[in-house]
Amino acid sequence: MTGNYASAYGAKLSRAEVIAAYPITPQTSIVEKLAEFVSTGELNAKFVPVESEHSAMAACIAAETAGARTYTATSSHGLTLMHEVLMWASGARLPIVMTNVSRAMAPPWSVWVDHMDSIAQRDTGWLQFFCQSNQEVLDTIIMAYKICESKGVMLPAMIIEDAFILSHTSEPVDIPDQEMVDSFLPAYAPEFKIEVGKPMGFGSLVKPDQYMEFRYKAMLGMKAAHDRILRVEQEFKQVFGREHGGLLELYRCENAEVVLLTAGSVAATAKDVVDSMRSKGVPVGLARVRAFRPFPHDEIRALGSRVAGLGVLDRSYTFGAAGAMFSEVKASLYNCPKRPVTKNYIAGLGGRDITPKTIERVFEDIQLVTKRGEESEVEWVDVAGLPRWWR
Amino acid sequence: MAKTTIPEEEFTYPGSTGCPGCGANLVMRYLLKALGERTIVSIPACCWAVMPGYWPSNCLKVPILYTAFEATGAAISGLRAALDIKGIKDVNIVGFAGDGGTVDIGLQAMSGAAERRTEAIYVMYDNEAYMNTGIQRSGSTPWGAWTTTTPVGTTHDFKHEAKKDIMAIMQAHRIPYAATVSIAHPEDFIKKIQKAKGIRGFKFIHAMSPCPPGWRLNPMLSVEAARLAVETHMFPLYEIEHGRVRITRKGKGLPVSEYLKLQGRFSHLSESEISEIQSAVDASWRYLEEEEKYAAQAGINE
Repeated sequence: MTGNYASAYGAKLSRAEVIAAYPITPQTSIVEKLAEFVSTGELNAKFVPVESEHSAMAACIAAETAGARTYTATSSHGLTLMHEVLMWASGARLPIVMTNVSRAMAPPWSVWVDHMDSIAQRDTGWLQFFCQSNQEVLDTIIMAYKICESKGVMLPAMIIEDAFILSHTSEPVDIPDQEMVDSFLPAYAPEFKIEVGKPMGFGSLVKPDQYMEFRYKAMLGMKAAHDRILRVEQEFKQVFGREHGGLLELYRCENAEVVLLTAGSVAATAKDVVDSMRSKGVPVGLARVRAFRPFPHDEIRALGSRVAGLGVLDRSYTFGAAGAMFSEVKASLYNCPKRPVTKNYIAGLGGRDITPKTIERVFEDIQLVTKRGEESEVEWVDVAGLPRWWR
Repeated sequence: MAKTTIPEEEFTYPGSTGCPGCGANLVMRYLLKALGERTIVSIPACCWAVMPGYWPSNCLKVPILYTAFEATGAAISGLRAALDIKGIKDVNIVGFAGDGGTVDIGLQAMSGAAERRTEAIYVMYDNEAYMNTGIQRSGSTPWGAWTTTTPVGTTHDFKHEAKKDIMAIMQAHRIPYAATVSIAHPEDFIKKIQKAKGIRGFKFIHAMSPCPPGWRLNPMLSVEAARLAVETHMFPLYEIEHGRVRITRKGKGLPVSEYLKLQGRFSHLSESEISEIQSAVDASWRYLEEEEKYAAQAGINE
């Protein structure tokens, strides 16, 4: 099945009770499938066909506050339109789960993959999971509800699938039994919800002598999410026999001299390149950031202290700085006594293919830079007019 | 003396942080008296976002879901969906927003909620400007008014655009019930809310809400201003039930100057400008009367 159907099945198996969504390419087949599930009675949920993504999230917030498990899906401009209410969802400590089909931002118009939309939401207080496969999309939605609904976390989660590469590409996906999912994921039972007879205010005005404590507690929730992600994945593995790599998946990083770190579907291509280079005796490895929020700082420090070179391939760019993952990785490593050489590669924006050849050249460049030191910290890869990197 | 029909039970505790003479306080008070305890109110950014008081206090006897400025329509849809799936019945869901949060930034979400026939009552308390942020013009500010962003100045730069007719906008959504209410007529107010409660679907209430600081009005005269708004036909009391317009209080048809002269926000207007307002009000009133007649003759939904 496609990544989008994997998302729809993930929400259905998690028994989402309220789904509020607005169509946007390439997210549409997720909500079409869910509307179909609701219309056939396969899923007992309310489908609210809202008039914008902002309203989709606002409706999910209201429904979740009333104790319903909610789900929505969006992409690019839809996600960025939600920006305000994304902050509302995390500030209100609501474990909403949403799929974002990661797509480039206009102008110029593009419906194809990059991570600019998702990365731009990194400070909204959402857990962010970048997926590599359609199976991972389905499994992560189920896990995300369990992670986020736990009392110590109570924050929303964004499951990120790459536009078209995952959303519209079919892969074999195992659909777990509903009964097994039900025993893994109990019904949502929040400590507080809005109900008649209990005159509470949800989202009241607070004074400066109280506001910071609310934020501090949300920070603790995000901190707690780190261990919770690992524990829930282990439980998931026991029940379903699958795991996807915790917060930072390491692929053939043992005895690696240089490692490429990236996120999303390109990791699958990079793993093939690692295999082929390893078969020629080149000691390279791949690290895949699965959770961008919370960021796997400890895992990156552990990796960084045992490799000579660490390249970071970002599928987005933070103007005036560098790739966002690169900045995070460098921040992680700064206080390490032993640090690798690092370099940032910007690639695959607006759906440009990142081919095995490109990744091989990136690996070669990391090796070179590791030996002779950095020339430039950030390079744009496969851009017309940049002779060194133009394929 | 005739016994009042206003329910005695209060659902607003003391402690509201509203200004002296605030009309919106009375709008909330009468609304909740009419609806009772099984009510959830969703409030976006507006005066009432701060009037219930600082956390953890709350001067309302019903739960409040605060929401973003433009999101009231979506919030009430989400609340209703959750209650429906949980099988929770007999709960009044109320969207309670100011005029800016309704006719301007919140218009899209409210339109969506109305089109989806969300089972809810949407109340717009209309103080005719962005009052919580300090008297900036909104789409609901009337022609001729001073606000901080239509500051009159030396160029006579008052608001030169007409007030949006939100009742007509909602009428065009073919909702089952829309009504105007006034704090000067609490019995009519409560009767309309109770009527709305008994009708299925999306109901819209337009509540005139005098704002002493924003209108440059003596706080003692806010109910009087609301009364004069009705008597001068500046703010007619009527309802639209399944398309049928019915005026619920004719008013004396006093000159609009009686209403305008109470308020500093109109003090810069010349006599000819006041007569322009008078003509516009007269025309609107005639149109409303025609609508009422048409509905009666055509037997709409009878």
